[in-house]
Amino acid sequence: MSSWLSFAHIVVLVVMLIAAFLAVVLKDLLPSVIALAAASLLLSLEFYLLHAPDVAIAEAGIGAALTMAIFIFAIRATKK
Amino acid sequence: MKEEMSRIVRTMTTLIYVFIMVYGFYVIAHGHLTPGGGFQGGSVVASAFALLVVTYGNQKTQDFLQKDLLSLLESTGLVIFICFAFFGLGATFFYNFLSNSGSLFGSSATIGVNPGNLNTGGTVTAMNIAVGIEVLAALGVIVLTMSQASETIEKKEK
Repeated sequence: MSSWLSFAHIVVLVVMLIAAFLAVVLKDLLPSVIALAAASLLLSLEFYLLHAPDVAIAEAGIGAALTMAIFIFAIRATKK
Repeated sequence: MKEEMSRIVRTMTTLIYVFIMVYGFYVIAHGHLTPGGGFQGGSVVASAFALLVVTYGNQKTQDFLQKDLLSLLESTGLVIFICFAFFGLGATFFYNFLSNSGSLFGSSATIGVNPGNLNTGGTVTAMNIAVGIEVLAALGVIVLTMSQASETIEKKEK
């Protein structure tokens, strides 16, 4: 059980690092924002694995859903 | 999106958004028993608002989700919160005068493992509901304002 949990920790953190790296590297704005939201969603999963469901709900609501919606509204108002 | 999205997205949104809102209100109402509380539940309800705005566009959403009403709701939540804080001023600021009083949210909590009684907690429960109303209204106003501004700029550039 414990080894399974630490394996899940490692997988979530590695994928989160990849998503955060993509959010910095990608040139187009929309894929970058989606990568940022994926990193945020994985961060909420990591909070849940660390027994903080309270913070996980807040992170999933604010970080993944609302921030991405507001970023996409802002990107729509810009020009290429 | 100046027009609404495709029929598939609209159908899924009408199926899902009620459940998201009910989950948010559940998190608000059970703030003193389970993980979560006013802020978390309010942000979940506001993400349902964001889903509506993305699917149906700003104009159609504002027909049944007025920004002025949400702004009024935000102020109301804050006023309720500070009123409950001042009502306890007989002892101290933020004193929990409702707990174990037998009235609203006033039952005494049972000790030990139990499913939890919703009618406990005193002012904690009432303040959770006030904070929930405030947060869902404030985040809804933010989403509506941002979408309206981006739509206006998009129209101006055409």
